[in-house]
Amino acid sequence: MIVFLIYVAIFALAYIAYRAWDRSQEHRHDFTSLKTVTFGDESAVSANRFGSVVSIVALFAIWGAFTGSVITPLHVPGPFVGDTSFSYTARNAAGETDDATVAVRVFKVGEDVPLPEVDANADGFAVDDALKIGAWRSSLGRPHENDIGGDQEGYSVIAIDGQAIAPGETVRFSDGLITMTAKGSLSIKPDTGWQMEPIWLPAPEAVVSAMVKIAVDGYKNVSLWEHLGYSLGRVLLGFAIGSIVGIPLGYAMGLSNWFRGWFDPIVEFMRPVPPLALIPLVIIWFGIGEQGKIILLFLAALWIMTIAARAGVSGVRISKVHAAYSLGASKRQILQHVIVPNSLPEIFTGARVAMGVCWGTVVAAELVAADRGLGMMIVNASKFQQTDIVIFGIILIGIIGYGIDILIRVAEKWLVPWKGRG
Amino acid sequence: MGDLVLDDLSMRFDLPNGGAVQALQNVSLELAKGELLSVLGPSGCGKTTLLNIVAGFLAPTDGSVTLNGHKVSGPAAERGMVFQQGALFEWMSVRRNISFGPDMAGKPASETEPVVDHLLRTVGLQDFGDKMIYELSGGMQQRVALARCLANDPDVILMDEPLGALDALTREKMQGLVLKLWKETGKTIILITHSVEEALLLGERLLVMAPRPGRIHKEYRLPFAEMGVGQDLRMVKKEKEFGERREEILSMIWDMEEEIMGRQEEPA
Repeated sequence: MIVFLIYVAIFALAYIAYRAWDRSQEHRHDFTSLKTVTFGDESAVSANRFGSVVSIVALFAIWGAFTGSVITPLHVPGPFVGDTSFSYTARNAAGETDDATVAVRVFKVGEDVPLPEVDANADGFAVDDALKIGAWRSSLGRPHENDIGGDQEGYSVIAIDGQAIAPGETVRFSDGLITMTAKGSLSIKPDTGWQMEPIWLPAPEAVVSAMVKIAVDGYKNVSLWEHLGYSLGRVLLGFAIGSIVGIPLGYAMGLSNWFRGWFDPIVEFMRPVPPLALIPLVIIWFGIGEQGKIILLFLAALWIMTIAARAGVSGVRISKVHAAYSLGASKRQILQHVIVPNSLPEIFTGARVAMGVCWGTVVAAELVAADRGLGMMIVNASKFQQTDIVIFGIILIGIIGYGIDILIRVAEKWLVPWKGRG
Repeated sequence: MGDLVLDDLSMRFDLPNGGAVQALQNVSLELAKGELLSVLGPSGCGKTTLLNIVAGFLAPTDGSVTLNGHKVSGPAAERGMVFQQGALFEWMSVRRNISFGPDMAGKPASETEPVVDHLLRTVGLQDFGDKMIYELSGGMQQRVALARCLANDPDVILMDEPLGALDALTREKMQGLVLKLWKETGKTIILITHSVEEALLLGERLLVMAPRPGRIHKEYRLPFAEMGVGQDLRMVKKEKEFGERREEILSMIWDMEEEIMGRQEEPA
């Protein structure tokens, strides 16, 4: 909630600051700048690149601020780390009271620190104690085990730093909270601050170092490139087979009544079935090996490519076909020189959708069962609470998905420059 | 030789709602080689149907079309077609569009290239041969469509409102080009149009068709096409006879439209 409010505040402040800066600038007098109606004019709205940059910087700044990262100068308060202490007052079976001090050393999880040293305190039955607690964690103090006569009936701790306490109650000491359990132990929870614990959300640099480590050493004895290659290879192979079967099928459905009648019910039924819903069946039939995954991705790509090719054929202007016949072209020549090129824009659109779906499906399939692949990497890392690897994997999956889309768009621009200009 | 004969063509088809449409009724016509016929009529008079039958895209229910003594049974290279718009192949360059017919016939490039060069000059696109179709304006695209049709050297050229989508100025220029190509190539041309002026200017013979059922209403023989070759078409339009004919045909079509409207407004 706080994070969300901070994000909204940064959004608003950046916008106000940008407007103020923008007003002080000289503007080029291009056509759009002269438009007085821009609200509702789609052509007058373009992505503000300054806003895009600030947006990404803000995301990393918030991420860094809430994880105590080195990349941001400002951090929200972190967990208490260091030495602190509190004193408690105990009453023994004889009704006497005595004070003792508990020295608490809060350390970063993973570091090796000794217990704080305590002086022998011999002036009463309550004995000073020492504890060490990992940051974000809590620990139990057991005065009844440490104090002389603490195991006798009638012994109890009655106050912390002079504040009365009873089982079930919570009081504050200088650097955290203490709750008394039903059995009279003290559950000590040092302040956690606002920062996220690395097992929930690691700092950006931890993700980078996870990336470097995996890139160099691999994950689970398999190199990162192999994980990546397996995921991409499955997608490309599944997509390729799906296209090889789907595109001719789509053409046949676009050119023949019988083919369309025969396959329409199958295609229309299979199209709305999410490929993820097929995973259980594919595992039952083909197991969890490569074969099953390729078949799943084949099915994910097949219907999309079939429908794209069918739409490409249906979209050909009849005057183009008539013109080709009048110029003496045969059926085969019309297919090759008119129908196929005319359908390419639709097929590229289909390919973009199919690759997107396949990429999502392969990650999901690897989450369910695989011994290599990016999906397997992140689901495996999550089981060991290696959140840095999980986040790195998610970022990598996103970048690759985006990259595939851009590649197809570039190929489309290069191969079908006439798209939308018929 | 080179005669195109339309013999008693009728076309009638059923509608899904049980009715039937008589698109053409008993249309007969003979065209000698090199004649330029324009066909005019209100919407629904069957002029496009007529052209599609001659092209071989539609089969008539009665009658037949013969060209050079052979019965027409489907589209063929002997009957070239120029469409209104969007019939060019935008994935090919201007040059490849023009050479499409010869390429499909398997003629070698060495034979086709000089023809394409000549046609590019004829239609005034000598500098645009390597451009893509989508880089050309609408008027230029129609010049390509004409050249593509001519490259195939058909006996008859069928034009389905080829200038209908062009602006008035471009249209005037293109009308001059059509006349020039007609005179230079000596092709038999059937041109369908909505514009009375265009029909008068370009038609050596002019056919006015009437709707419901589609039939020939009146036929004219006109001097304007011959006059217009190589001339400023605006001068032709200033001729007294041109004005009279235009008024006559306009009121004829006007009456047909009135009649249709009147018939539709009658309670069923």
